[in-house]
Amino acid sequence: MTDRPMEPAVAPPADHEATEGVFESAGTMTVSEYATRWWHGVKVGELGSLPIVVGLIAIVITFSLLNENFLTERNFTNLLLQMSAIATIAIGIVFVLLIAEIDLSVAYVSAVGGVVMTLLLRPDDPGWPWWLAIGVALLVTTAIGFAQGVVITKAGVPSFVVTLAGLLIWSGVVLILTTEYSTAGTILIQDRTVKGIANDFLSNTAGWILAAIVIVGYAGLQVRAAVARRTRGLDAKPTVLIALQIAGLAIVTFAAVWFANKDRGVPKITVILLVLLVFWSFVATRMRFGRHVYGVGGNPEAARRAGINVDRVRIAVFMISGFMAGVGGIMLASRLSSVATNTGGGNLLLLVIAAAVIGGTSLFGGVGRVVSALLGALVITSIENGMNLLGLGSGEKFVITGLVLLAAVLVDAYAKRRRAARGIV
Amino acid sequence: MAEPPLLECRDVSKAFGAVQALDHVDFEVHAGEVMALVGDNGAGKSTLIKGIAGIYPFDHGEIYVDGTHVHIHGPRDVAKLGIEIVYQDLALADNLDVVANMFLGRERTRSRVLDEAAMERASRQTLTELSVTTLQSVRQTVSGLSGGQRQSVAVSKAVMWNSRIVILDEPTAALGVAQTRQVLSLVRTLAERGLAVVIISHNLHDVFECADRITVLRLGQRVALLEKSDTTQQEVVHAITAGTLDRVPGMDEAEAAKA
Repeated sequence: MTDRPMEPAVAPPADHEATEGVFESAGTMTVSEYATRWWHGVKVGELGSLPIVVGLIAIVITFSLLNENFLTERNFTNLLLQMSAIATIAIGIVFVLLIAEIDLSVAYVSAVGGVVMTLLLRPDDPGWPWWLAIGVALLVTTAIGFAQGVVITKAGVPSFVVTLAGLLIWSGVVLILTTEYSTAGTILIQDRTVKGIANDFLSNTAGWILAAIVIVGYAGLQVRAAVARRTRGLDAKPTVLIALQIAGLAIVTFAAVWFANKDRGVPKITVILLVLLVFWSFVATRMRFGRHVYGVGGNPEAARRAGINVDRVRIAVFMISGFMAGVGGIMLASRLSSVATNTGGGNLLLLVIAAAVIGGTSLFGGVGRVVSALLGALVITSIENGMNLLGLGSGEKFVITGLVLLAAVLVDAYAKRRRAARGIV
Repeated sequence: MAEPPLLECRDVSKAFGAVQALDHVDFEVHAGEVMALVGDNGAGKSTLIKGIAGIYPFDHGEIYVDGTHVHIHGPRDVAKLGIEIVYQDLALADNLDVVANMFLGRERTRSRVLDEAAMERASRQTLTELSVTTLQSVRQTVSGLSGGQRQSVAVSKAVMWNSRIVILDEPTAALGVAQTRQVLSLVRTLAERGLAVVIISHNLHDVFECADRITVLRLGQRVALLEKSDTTQQEVVHAITAGTLDRVPGMDEAEAAKA
C-alpha cells in the first residue's frame, strides 16, 4: 500500500539514487566512507598534518629516552614560552607561502617592531603607555610589509630579492637604532604590562577555564557546521568522528593544562597565540579574502580571470606578514625584557620559515593551513630544546635543524609530485 | 533565422605590426546553436576570440550582442554581456575543490562569512542540470580530476553565471576518447538549453559530432561558412588548406608603400 501524499511540483531531492546518484548520497557519511576518502587524499599527496604528527611523536620519544629532563613539566612550560614568537611570525609566513612567495625579512622586521616599541616605552623619553607603543610598533611593521608588497607587485621583482634587500635594510635599521639610543647596545623594558606578555602565567583555575572554552568552542563550531549541512541535505561528517575529534582535543588540551599547572601554569603568551591562530584560521578558511589567497596561490591566472585583484591580495598578504612579524617581535622583546643590537639575528629567520614548511605548508603555493605554523613551531622548538638539554654545540644543532628542514621539504616535493601525477591525466 | 545573432562580429580586423592577423572578418552565432571555428595555426582563431574577450581591441569593425552594438574594453565588460570564455587549462585552481573553483572570485557570503552550504548546493544543481555525472564529490580538489572532468567543471562554471554565450577554446585538445565524448555531449546540452556556443577545435571529427555550422578561417580571412548538414570533412579540410582568399595577404602594405 503506497498511498503517498501529493508529490510536490518541484522535483524533490529525496530519491538521491535517481536524481543525484552521481554524488555520494546526501546525509551522513559513515566513518569508513570518510576514512576511505581521507586515505585516498593522502595517497594522491594531500598529506595534511599526517607527517607532522608522526614526526612530533618520534621527537618526543627520542628526546625523552635520551634525556630525563625533556618530558618534565618545567621543560613543557619552557617549550610553550619558546615556541610562541616563532609560531606567531610563522603564521605570517604561512600566508606568504600560500601565494607562492617568500618573505626573508620577517626576522629583522620583527626586531624593528620590538625596538620601536621599546624606544617608545623608555621612561619620560617619550614614556608612552604600553598600548600606544605596541600599536605604533605594529603599524610600522605592517607599513614595512605594505612597502615590500608594493615593490614586489608593481615592479614585478621576485619577493625573494626584495625581501632579501629588506633583510639587510631592517637589520641595519635595528643596529642604527639600538646603538644610537644605548651605550652598551641593550635597551631595557621597564613597563610591567609589556614584560608580562611573555613572562606571566595564568592561575590554575584560569588555565582550566581556558581549556573548557577551547573545547566547548571547538565542539560548538563542529556541531553547528554539521547540523547546518545536514538540514540542507549535504553530506556531513559522521557523528562518531565529530565525537572522536572533540574527545581527542579535550584529552590533549586537559593533559596540557594539567601538565603546565604542575609547574607555573599556562603562559599568558600561549593564550595570545591561540587567539591569533583562531583569528587567522578563520580569515583563511571562512572569509572571501582567504579563499582568494588560496586561489592566487593555486593558479594566479585563473584568479585574475575570475576577477580577483591579484596584486591587492599579494600586497595584503605581505602586510599580514609584516604585522605578524611585529607581534612576534614584541613577544621576543618581552621575553628578554630588552632589545639589543643582535635582536632579530641568529637563526630566527631559519626557525620561522622552517616552522611553516615543517608544519606542512607547501613552498609551491596554495597548500597549507594556518595551524601548521603552530605544529611546525612545536617541532622545531622541541628539537632545539632537546638538543640544548643534550648539550650539543651550535654546529651540531644547525646541522640537525637543517636536516629536519630538508626532510620536510622533501616530503612536500614528494606530495606535490603525487598531486601533479593525479592532476594531469 | 529571423532574430539577430546573439553574437555577431562585423568586418573586424586586427594587425600585429606587419602581420594582418584578422582581415575584415564576419562571424556570428545564434542562440541554441553550436558554431565551430576552425582553421590552421595562424589562421586568426585565437585573435578573434581574444578580441571578443576584451584582451585587446580590434583595429576595425564592430561587435553586436543581441543586435545591439557593444563596446568591449576589458574582461569585465565581457562577463557583463553574458559572454564566458573557457580557456584550455587556465580556468581552474588545482588546490581548490570543485565548489570553490566554480565560485572563485564570486563567492557567496552571509554576514561576511563564506556560505559554503549555499555554494555547494548551487554547484551540485548546475552540475546535475548539465548531466556532469562523473564527479565523485564536489568537495574533491580539482587536482584529483581527470582532464574531461576538469573541462566539464570549467564549462559548468561558465554556465552557472547566467551566461548566454559560451566560447570554448580547444576543449578536447588534451582528452582521451571517452572524455572527449563527455565534453562534446556537454556542449550539445548547452545549445539545447538555448545558449550560443562557439567551439574552437583542430579536430574535425569533434566538430562534425557537435557543431551546427562551421566557420573556416584562413590567413586571417573567413574563407567558408558551412552548414554541417550539407558539407563533408573533405570540403572543410579543403577550405582550411586552400580556401579562396579575397585579398592577398601583404598586398595592402605593398600598395601603401607605393603610395
